[in-house]
Amino acid sequence: MQLNRRLFIGSTFAAGAMLSAPVVFGQAKPKVVVIGGGAGGATIARYLAKDSAGALDVTLIEANPIYTTCFFSNLYIGGFREFESLQHGYDKVAAGGVTVINDMATAVDRAARTVTLAGGQVLPYDRLVLSPGIDFKEGSVPGWSADSHAEIMPHAYKAGPQTQLLKSMIEAMPEGGTFAMIAPPNPYRCPPGPYERISMVAHVLKQKNPTAKILILDPKEKYSKQALFEEGWGRHYDGMVEWIGPEFGGGAVEVRPETMEIVIEGEVQKVDCCNVIPGQMAGKIAQMAGVTDDSGWAPVHPDSMKSKADENVFVLGDSSAQGDMPKSGFAANSQAKVAAMTIRAELTGSKAFPAKYTNTCWSLIAPEDGVKVGASYEPTPEKIASVDSFISATGEDAALRKATYEESLGWYAGITADMFG
Amino acid sequence: MKGQFLAVLALILSAGAPARAEEIGDAARGEDLFKKQCSACHQIGEGAINRVGPRLNGLFGRRAGAVPDFTYSKSMARMGSDGLIWTLETLDAYIHNPKALVSGTRMNYRGMADPEARRALLAFLRTWSDKPRDIPEAEPTAIMTDHAVDPAVLAIKGDPAYGEYLSSECTTCHQVDGSDQGIPSVTGWPEEDFVVAMHAYKDKLRPHPVMQMMAGRLSNDEIAALAAYFATLK
Repeated sequence: MQLNRRLFIGSTFAAGAMLSAPVVFGQAKPKVVVIGGGAGGATIARYLAKDSAGALDVTLIEANPIYTTCFFSNLYIGGFREFESLQHGYDKVAAGGVTVINDMATAVDRAARTVTLAGGQVLPYDRLVLSPGIDFKEGSVPGWSADSHAEIMPHAYKAGPQTQLLKSMIEAMPEGGTFAMIAPPNPYRCPPGPYERISMVAHVLKQKNPTAKILILDPKEKYSKQALFEEGWGRHYDGMVEWIGPEFGGGAVEVRPETMEIVIEGEVQKVDCCNVIPGQMAGKIAQMAGVTDDSGWAPVHPDSMKSKADENVFVLGDSSAQGDMPKSGFAANSQAKVAAMTIRAELTGSKAFPAKYTNTCWSLIAPEDGVKVGASYEPTPEKIASVDSFISATGEDAALRKATYEESLGWYAGITADMFG
Repeated sequence: MKGQFLAVLALILSAGAPARAEEIGDAARGEDLFKKQCSACHQIGEGAINRVGPRLNGLFGRRAGAVPDFTYSKSMARMGSDGLIWTLETLDAYIHNPKALVSGTRMNYRGMADPEARRALLAFLRTWSDKPRDIPEAEPTAIMTDHAVDPAVLAIKGDPAYGEYLSSECTTCHQVDGSDQGIPSVTGWPEEDFVVAMHAYKDKLRPHPVMQMMAGRLSNDEIAALAAYFATLK
């Protein structure tokens, strides 16, 4: 009898060990720490807590008690959304069984498997999820630094006070003044975002300041949804928007925040409002954790979002380098679900299904003139690869564009419910 | 053999001139069916006006939900703006099972199961689309393929646990609580309706590029699993 029992326990342990090596049975619940409470982090924290039904100890670290979504923040600039409608708290995330800590993660010790917070707390983990969004590359726009000049020439590319500042500057522009955007080089967060923003700025100026001009200085030869934006700008804001690509100096612009000037191929131009969207890289904590490579982004395995540098670390959303998916909230939310499934399988032995990813990005060009682009993705050994895609067509009728816009409103309600409960 | 025959027929129909009503089915029988099953709500022919349902003159080639002085269900209006055009193929699917094509349609009709009867009815409806001079013959309206979902596919018993995992792709847009602002609700559907609707996207019978893409890569088992899961939600 005793022998049988021992044999039984022994074989169970061996089977368990094969499924999930790092878990020690009979001790406290496995711990998952998630850094960053946006589309990747909030989603994975909720799904881990919900789907493991209490078998995992899930902690979410987010510096802001109230999160402001970057997606749809252009619509606030255009006057289509209230700022408060972009803001979400973590009450329901916490109610769903996640320990939410409003603090800043300042260090990751991957050998000891701990995260240190600004407040001094040290949190051990079995799995760590990094979803910290983006940081800006210092020196990517000559003359501009995030620390010194963001109050004069805002980036507004992390939603919050920066977005409000940019909106107030646009509205305060002198009659017939010039708005300039320094567009970012690839890869960056939200590929159509700068151009949707141009559309929203044009919409505001058309009503308040119709003789104003908009300049886009762009280091890229082409950009997301270009044909759709160009058609829309021609239709709604004829003559207001000028795009200067790299062949005419758009890629080598110096800015002078003190005098509100920009320099294009040696020619100095006075501007009244300047939106500098610099080059980007993975959020700082991913850099500090040492999971990024020379590109500044964190390479991950395409079938799980697991870091290539550490099997106990996952990187989601903008910070990750995964292949074909754009850096978007939708993509981060999609990746979070695959990573959640993988982590649960590793720590609780639950079943893992094949990874599938999706993305759709909606953009608003003018009132009730919405467009979208999207694709589905699957992991290959090298990268997350696009398998099918679609994009709105030029020349679509007003009813379809209106339906697309209304669909984007439905999506916002859907994804924020998925993230924050 | 049947498949081959249909393929050849489709080739003939699409290569030649648009099909005339008599090539679709027995229009006389269709008129009889219309009187018995449709005329309580719909008018067609000279002087037809909107009643409970919209008038049906000039139906072929028309966008769904497009009669200007008729108030449609939210669901029908949405299908129209998504680009659903009434063709032989889409009308055949709609008459076969209205809610499978347009989930929230107000047309309170259980559907016509017999394909021959549907062709007869379509042949009759077609006669009132050919006549008005301002309705040009739209070529796509003349092509019909078999849209019905294989009974073996409908019979697949879905695994709700797998469906719950797969559903995380859906809930980025469709809210689990059934809200339907801008994006329709998918919760609490009868399983068969859900399966038929997903196959209608997979076959590109229902318009909408996102759903065609999502459904296009789901296997029959995965669609059944999703149907089983969403049916459990209230």
